[in-house]
Amino acid sequence: MIDTILITGATLPGGSQSDILVAGGVIRELGSIAAPAGSRRIDAAGLVALPGLVDLHTHLREPGFEQSETVLTGSQAAAAGGFTSIFAMANTLPVADTAGVVEQVLSLGQQAGYATVRPIGAVTRGLLGEQLSEIGAMAHSRAAVRVFSDDGKCVHDSLLMRRALEYVSSFDGVIAQHAQDPRLTEAAQMNEGSLSSELGLKGWPAVAEESIIARDVLLAEHVGARLHICHLSTAGSVEVIRWAKARGIRVTAEATPHHLLLTEDLVRSYDARYKVNPPLRRDEDVLALRAAIADGTIDIIATDHAPHPSESKECEWDSAAFGMVGLESALSVVQTALVDTNLVGWNDVARLLSATPAAIGGLIGAGAIRAGAAADITLHDPSTSSVFDVTDLAGKSVNSPYLGRQLSGSVRYTLHNGYLTLDDGLVVPAEVVAASARAGSQMEMGE
Amino acid sequence: MRHLLSTKNLSRDEAILLLDIAEDMSDTQLREVKKLPTLRGKTVVNLFFEDSTRTRVSFEAAAKRLSADVINFSAKGSSVSKGESLKDTAQTLAAIGADGVIIRHAASGAPQRLAESRWIDAGILNAGDGTHEHPTQALLDAFTMRRRIHGDASRGKDLDGISVAIVGDITHSRVARSNLWLLRTLGAHVTFVAPATLIPFGAAEWPATISYDLDQTLSEGRPDVVMLLRIQAERMDAAFFPNEREYSRWWGLDDERFAAMRSDSIVMHPGPMNRGLEISSTAADSAQSTVLEQVTNGVSVRMAALYMLLAGEREGA
Amino acid sequence: MSTRVVLQQADITRALTRISHEILESNRGTDNLVILGIPTRGVLLGQRIAGIIQGIEPTERQLVGQIDVTMYRDDLASHPTRTSSPTDIPVGGIEGATIVLVDDVLYSGRTIRAALDALADFGRPRAVRLAALIDRGHRELPIRADFIGKNLPSAVSERINVRLQELDGVDEVTIDS
Repeated sequence: MIDTILITGATLPGGSQSDILVAGGVIRELGSIAAPAGSRRIDAAGLVALPGLVDLHTHLREPGFEQSETVLTGSQAAAAGGFTSIFAMANTLPVADTAGVVEQVLSLGQQAGYATVRPIGAVTRGLLGEQLSEIGAMAHSRAAVRVFSDDGKCVHDSLLMRRALEYVSSFDGVIAQHAQDPRLTEAAQMNEGSLSSELGLKGWPAVAEESIIARDVLLAEHVGARLHICHLSTAGSVEVIRWAKARGIRVTAEATPHHLLLTEDLVRSYDARYKVNPPLRRDEDVLALRAAIADGTIDIIATDHAPHPSESKECEWDSAAFGMVGLESALSVVQTALVDTNLVGWNDVARLLSATPAAIGGLIGAGAIRAGAAADITLHDPSTSSVFDVTDLAGKSVNSPYLGRQLSGSVRYTLHNGYLTLDDGLVVPAEVVAASARAGSQMEMGE
Repeated sequence: MRHLLSTKNLSRDEAILLLDIAEDMSDTQLREVKKLPTLRGKTVVNLFFEDSTRTRVSFEAAAKRLSADVINFSAKGSSVSKGESLKDTAQTLAAIGADGVIIRHAASGAPQRLAESRWIDAGILNAGDGTHEHPTQALLDAFTMRRRIHGDASRGKDLDGISVAIVGDITHSRVARSNLWLLRTLGAHVTFVAPATLIPFGAAEWPATISYDLDQTLSEGRPDVVMLLRIQAERMDAAFFPNEREYSRWWGLDDERFAAMRSDSIVMHPGPMNRGLEISSTAADSAQSTVLEQVTNGVSVRMAALYMLLAGEREGA
Repeated sequence: MSTRVVLQQADITRALTRISHEILESNRGTDNLVILGIPTRGVLLGQRIAGIIQGIEPTERQLVGQIDVTMYRDDLASHPTRTSSPTDIPVGGIEGATIVLVDDVLYSGRTIRAALDALADFGRPRAVRLAALIDRGHRELPIRADFIGKNLPSAVSERINVRLQELDGVDEVTIDS
């Protein structure tokens, strides 16, 4: 097994060129480096080297929904998209509301070896919104859970939300709120507006998201806790976050790639690939989200990768499942929506998709390309433009809204803990990656 | 025409052609022998995921009078109610050899989904989908208006300058939507009259006048046509309005309002009616009412639609 | 492609006058006579024939109507959707009448077959005759015309155009070959 990799001529996020020497799972050296004997050389001329991407919002579906995705296939999708760390949402079956479930997910991730898999714990038992889950046990488990979320459902009870915010502070945790007033969105299907009325699909008003965010930033201020808002989708939500930050409230916010590129007009096709929670919004919302990313109001981009089997999408809109896969396409969508439009540079991309999500999630040591750091590196070719295709997907499900759509850039190589998980655009076979992961962890124990 | 999914995309010429063919079909329905051989050998499936005996029977009569073989496939008691997917049902119908599928479905967009999938190649006719559209109802309404206004000289005519007030639960009405698009295309002016809870969100962006006041619309607008929509009791439970009495008092076409209407104006209702709630018996049974004509015309219009979809060479097939 | 005029206005008028006389002669007057034009130009020709007959033997009775055959055609599926036309049967119907169907060009005979089917839905005429301004041959069914303006043997590749004043602004028959 080749342990030493020399990446030559890569463009660092800041714009400078550098070789990167990786050995023993860490970055050894940056600069102009002569190839050590027996090393693998990767020619990265023209490629951007980003710190391994970190996704704070992934649905891996295991345990319980293995027909859609497993920890293994989901982390393969992550590797294909340049991700080296993924936070697995709690809405599995059983729900990740106990130490047992989160430790299981952690182990599955370690066995697969494609990425650091960090489980997210449920805020309430069974995601029912009634009683706090075993937050302390999960925080102190081997999975060391720091992010808690009922994602897919909103913690809508104000008192429960307040208690949750207070309680997780004890473990340096953060609540990631899925902001959706349940009464205002009963049976809702798409963004509420003249289009939803025309199409006869039940409207999902922006205010259902904005009112919850407004309440929660006030609660976070009141109890002095840290709050993270999942998948902001409206211009109004941006305004609330901007106000909260100006007030000094400890809130962070995320946007998904799809909310930065796609709009509700796609729903005209009634093609359920475009059905997602929160729904695709209007043009002006997309522009507001992009501007908020550019000015720092929105802190991170997270995929909300939500795999579903084909029968959940090949049906009437009303019966279709919410969600899109997004790991494999995320970086290309971000380039298309933000970089190509000159709203952000690659330095910002490294912050939005790696450093800040790592910081919010309590992932120590991730998010930077520097000597001594774990060798989590993504090499991205920004010069390509191609039609996104089903062969670009590496997970189990194909419910991508980008199939057939022109996207910029492509991830060429992903290194996780110093070994390749994506090699020249191809996902490295599972047994090779698992062996690298085992070798890495034995070495760690040996040290 | 490959499919008939909505009135939104119908051009003025297409709409008038369809209404004109419906005139010819209507003439044939006055004959001793009402059956035409036009669709002999074609198989038409009535795929009804929602109960609607009236609409199903109207389509069945239309298809049979064109000599098509009609298969009724209703969700109740079939594999559909046992969780079979729309896709599997469509593929089954394709295997049976359906040339046309008339679909009624509670989910908006289900007919379009069927038409744009590769599950089945048949012509798809939307017989009402969720709160989206009900194109043949709008066509029969336009046909009825045109006949009342232009009589025997209807062929080739549009509805230019005609004012139509549509009163009732616009929010949940596919009939109101299909009527709005078609009537606008034909040159009519549409006013939606309802309490604000029953006006669709964002309807201000639609090419319709919005009114919360029926009396004002009737007295100031003096509409040529007043179309009442059925009010469903379950709307009260969902807090769209407090109770029947209040609804009927402000938005029902009662005797007093009816008496104040122009004597040459038309009263329409797609049925089934709630007499005494959205419409009084006096209005419903008056000479100005077209309620029964609408039912009769429905068969002619549906014959025309089936003819347009299924008789000629298959477009894009 | 070359276009040749085969009938001019005077020829058409002469042909229709002759056909009108032949119809009267064979029917021994206008009793029970009903002339039904087949849309589009057959209707105009039928009206002209009826006008000529009225000039020779005036009658109070409505002689002429029109019968649409679209819904009875056997070739609907091989053409883009055809537009139908109104049918207008003279008061008194066709029961026991002598019907003269009028069409502009008699070709395969399929239109006339459809017209015979359509007629059957209105009743049982005593006899059905056929008048055509042009008979171009190439019959695909055992149908022949009783009254013919002009026999015009033609190749299948040729196209025959009947133009009438009311619709086209000119009376003429041309052949494109």
